[in-house]
Amino acid sequence: MGDEEKFDAIIVGAGPAGAACAYILAREGKSVLVIERGDTAGSKNVTGGRLYTYALELVESGLHKEAVLERKVVREQIMMLGEKTGVTIDYFDADLARTEMPQSYTVLRAPFDEWFAGKAEEKGAMIATGILVNDLIIKDDKVVGVKAGEDEMYADVVIAADGLNSFMAQKAGLKKDWTSHEVGVGVKEIINLPANIIQERFNVGADEGAARAILGQTNGVQGGGFLYTNKDSISLGIVLSPAALAQQKKKIADIYQDFKMHPAIYQMIGDGTTSEYSAHLVPENGWNSVPKQLYRDGFLIVGDAAGFCVNTGTMIRGIDLAIVSGVAAAQAVLGAKSRQEVGPSYVRELHELQLIPTMKLFAGWPEITSISRMTKQYPEMMNEMMKFMFTVDGKLPEKMPSAMKKIMEKHISLGQLIADGWKGFRAI
Amino acid sequence: MTVKRQGTDELLGLNKFVVDEENAHIVIEKDICAKCQNKACLVVCPASVYKLNEDGEIIFDYAGCLECGTCRIMCQDKGIRQWKYPDGTLGVSFRCG
Repeated sequence: MGDEEKFDAIIVGAGPAGAACAYILAREGKSVLVIERGDTAGSKNVTGGRLYTYALELVESGLHKEAVLERKVVREQIMMLGEKTGVTIDYFDADLARTEMPQSYTVLRAPFDEWFAGKAEEKGAMIATGILVNDLIIKDDKVVGVKAGEDEMYADVVIAADGLNSFMAQKAGLKKDWTSHEVGVGVKEIINLPANIIQERFNVGADEGAARAILGQTNGVQGGGFLYTNKDSISLGIVLSPAALAQQKKKIADIYQDFKMHPAIYQMIGDGTTSEYSAHLVPENGWNSVPKQLYRDGFLIVGDAAGFCVNTGTMIRGIDLAIVSGVAAAQAVLGAKSRQEVGPSYVRELHELQLIPTMKLFAGWPEITSISRMTKQYPEMMNEMMKFMFTVDGKLPEKMPSAMKKIMEKHISLGQLIADGWKGFRAI
Repeated sequence: MTVKRQGTDELLGLNKFVVDEENAHIVIEKDICAKCQNKACLVVCPASVYKLNEDGEIIFDYAGCLECGTCRIMCQDKGIRQWKYPDGTLGVSFRCG
């Protein structure tokens, strides 16, 4: 093996974490090989989804302006579903629409990831698509390269950006496989609709969009739904606990179809055409499922592979954290004076870029998002209260306080309410 | 055609797949699956690629797999003997994702 065959870095996976890392390393003159199993970068990847813009700016100032994104999010919505009803809280922020740098954009991963990997390639990274990495090459307790079929490739550092299932992190001995309570299983349809109809239905401008978190009507299974408006399609999906599905013996595919056909959901997607059906796992357990050790000699874990994800119900962050971790890995590689320094320096960068502090801050939130009554009792109670408040039929209405109390008691006991409140308070 | 309730097979038909006809990326051990009480794979798989036949045995077609990994994580008795990604370029290719 001659020197010319050895890369400064090999990155497994051309998702946002891998592309961000490759972009910076290549820009700073390092030799970088990115190995991607998909036919093109992004073709194996799925998001809800949206991207928080700040992360792209960490890679290169102004990068978001050329990124392949869908619509800037100007409406943040929370929807609670009853059996045939829906209550939507709609937060509109004019600043989100007018600002120089919108806070977030809806995004489709196949086109976005392909663009991002292409940018890394422009900077000089080598992107090898259609190749599955099977194994790590470990010598004298150091990771020195990767194996893909018969081929062996060597590098000073191997960066695992191979997504949630990360077999690389497992092979490196840094991570055990996920357990059923640490992940959510997501399914999504892309529903094509003309841009003008999307703009009318969601009351947004030509390049503007809405992001909606949806609670209720998942057949009592822990989890929730989401809706994002793309340029000329809608991303509609649910993310559910596989443990709860298995326990309750309910099929996610059926639950999703019922959810999609719910009258309050169907209003938004009617006349559309489904063009794709996708699925993906989501890290749902936050900081507590991040491996204690994020590196070993010659090896770093970034993005979903490391379980970097924050979900508070209203903000779901994964792609931005992936990019931030890719930036941290690149800076660690660039700044380290010796091989041994790279790992500790990566963790330091993750702190400085606020990724680890942010994940620690929200460490208790999975306790809240997993409160079982959030998926059924609370949304139904809310809908029934609304129904009471808006109903006029000429009869003498019941007094408001007693009516509300009755509705509440139908869905939830005072003890349960206090227990959930206390759980929430403690978790935050 | 307006959006409507669709079965999983019909939905999978919308996706782009290049199936590896020679190698299954997921291999199950039917003897183990037969004894499994839980059979979580039947309900958690978004692509519904695990089904029961008339004799109550698990039948499985890896062709429509969306490569999420849920079945592997939920498989208690390790009836899934092998779960790896399809070789490069093979399997599902999302056009939107």
